[in-house]
Amino acid sequence: MESIGVLMACPMNAYLEDELCKRFNLLRFWNFPDTTEFLKRNANSIRAVVGNAAAGADAKLIESLPDLEIVASFSVGLDKIDLAKCKEKGIRVTNTPDVLTDDVADLAIGLMLATLRRIPASDRYVRGGTWKKGDFKLTTRFSGKTVGIIGMGRIGTAIAKRAEAFDCPISYYSRSKKPGIKYTYYPSVVELASNCHILVVACTLTEETRHIVDRKVIDALGPNGFLINIGRGPHVDEPELVSALVEGRLAGAGLDVFENEPHVPEELFKLDNVVLLPHVGSGTVETRRVMADLVLGNLEAHFLGKPLLTPVV
Amino acid sequence: MAEASEAAPNLPNVLLLKPLAFPHVEAECSRNFLLLKAYDSPQPIHLFLSTHATSVSALLCSAGTPVTTETLRLLPCLRLIVTTSVGLDELDLSECRRRGIAVSNPGAIFADDVADLAVGLLIDVVRKISAADRYVRRGLWRVEGDHPLGNRLGDMKVGIVGLGNIGFKVAKRLEGLGCRILYNSRKKKSFVSYPYHSNICDLASRSDVLVICCALTDQTRRMINDRVLSLLGKDGVIVNVGRGAIVDEEELVRFLLEGEIAGAGLDVFENEPYVPKELFELDNIVLSPHRAVFTPEALQDLEELVVGNLKAFFSSQPLLSQVVFE
Repeated sequence: MESIGVLMACPMNAYLEDELCKRFNLLRFWNFPDTTEFLKRNANSIRAVVGNAAAGADAKLIESLPDLEIVASFSVGLDKIDLAKCKEKGIRVTNTPDVLTDDVADLAIGLMLATLRRIPASDRYVRGGTWKKGDFKLTTRFSGKTVGIIGMGRIGTAIAKRAEAFDCPISYYSRSKKPGIKYTYYPSVVELASNCHILVVACTLTEETRHIVDRKVIDALGPNGFLINIGRGPHVDEPELVSALVEGRLAGAGLDVFENEPHVPEELFKLDNVVLLPHVGSGTVETRRVMADLVLGNLEAHFLGKPLLTPVV
Repeated sequence: MAEASEAAPNLPNVLLLKPLAFPHVEAECSRNFLLLKAYDSPQPIHLFLSTHATSVSALLCSAGTPVTTETLRLLPCLRLIVTTSVGLDELDLSECRRRGIAVSNPGAIFADDVADLAVGLLIDVVRKISAADRYVRRGLWRVEGDHPLGNRLGDMKVGIVGLGNIGFKVAKRLEGLGCRILYNSRKKKSFVSYPYHSNICDLASRSDVLVICCALTDQTRRMINDRVLSLLGKDGVIVNVGRGAIVDEEELVRFLLEGEIAGAGLDVFENEPYVPKELFELDNIVLSPHRAVFTPEALQDLEELVVGNLKAFFSSQPLLSQVVFE
């Protein structure tokens, strides 16, 4: 398979890169600043694209790769892949579901605690060397707070289960009510936000869910409410979120994703009631290794004519 | 004091050696009782105590106020100590027991918040939350790319040191995250099925993480020493929400600086507010200024409990929360 051209969209994982290099003819897209020239020379040999949450395969790229057979994403989110185009051209698509569910859910809980209890801010305070006896600021209790989850898929369910161990009542919004779930359902995100203390974004990013957290939802969440985003940056109207935080119309936010990563609105840097993370939801050594093996497994299966491990299209 | 005597001259006396760590609790108490504030008096402490000895049956204190044998001997009429600290290591408990002085502490009202902070610190250390937040705020995500990866929490073996109210709540929360729980405690607890280890060294050698939730006593002072840290190992993590003195702090700092343990989340230190400065350079630790209990809900509960205990005492009712001497 060493002659099969595999295009890696961006740097994502050293182990994955090494293995792809060993097994295929790996082309690193980021090494070619002149993409038109690159595609002219290499388009005909590229039969697979490996993407992730940051870069995938849009219509333009797909059109310029006539021999593309499979797009394997090093992520569970598929928003960077033009799925309709892939379907149209019979291009297979795979992702990495399930293996990262626990890590993302753990991070969501960690973000909730870090934001409400101001753990990074406390750490900054101590490292600043100014801790004086008797100095304290109150932070917000996490246990028992109502958690409202947008999206009750694998990740939403895993977050709910963890929050229950802290006696948090759970409510959710989903396109339709899920049968057999004991949590409180709200038919709109605004109603969910009005009735919870901590709003968590845990759904897929699609045309419908873009800016699902907008000014109305932020107003409904209110000055005592917290927003936690472990979905995708475009789920939230970022300028609205920033002004709500800067103006004190929200109690705080824990954000792992942003509309234009790696850019993070700098107005947030001076706030102690926000926690800002560089998209680390699935960022553990163990899980990234399993995700990489899944990408490799899917590619091998495809080129050996075997059933794909985790097909989406 | 003038205010209180104008309002109701016959309020019962309560002695305060030092200001309470919680000003709002002190304020509420001064509305209900006549606070004799030793710290406000120009008299030296021994003289102040002798002057008021016969009128003092209750003493109110916080962490940071030692109540020694000597102090107790100057208060022959003392029958109750109310402390806002769950930790009792600064009170002469054997003298209290000998004299039949009741002790009331916050009991379990802080347990949720302390447990939440312990879990928050652990997730932070293992998933590098504070470190990654620092990375973003310094503009490094744009310049240097992805932050170094953390580790999976699930399947980690977490050794809880002290399975009291706090330890039990920590265990329950971490089980929800898929961790496996083991524990060490003075006695085995019949209401849990977690594997019990009577020996802290056994616990350390079988754990990936140690979460310290126990009280500071003569038995637990410096219990987490270099031997325990070595047994925890290079990939091990320590979280301390108990008392700084339970850990040999100098050894812990050495282990961290030499990479002999993987990380630590600390809310307490041996000599607060002093924190060893060598720790400030490390990315694999999370530091918190002893504020595990500082939420509005906990402080409101504390205020009600302290005032409630004092009122119960002065009306000869049973205390709301009384420490049982073993």
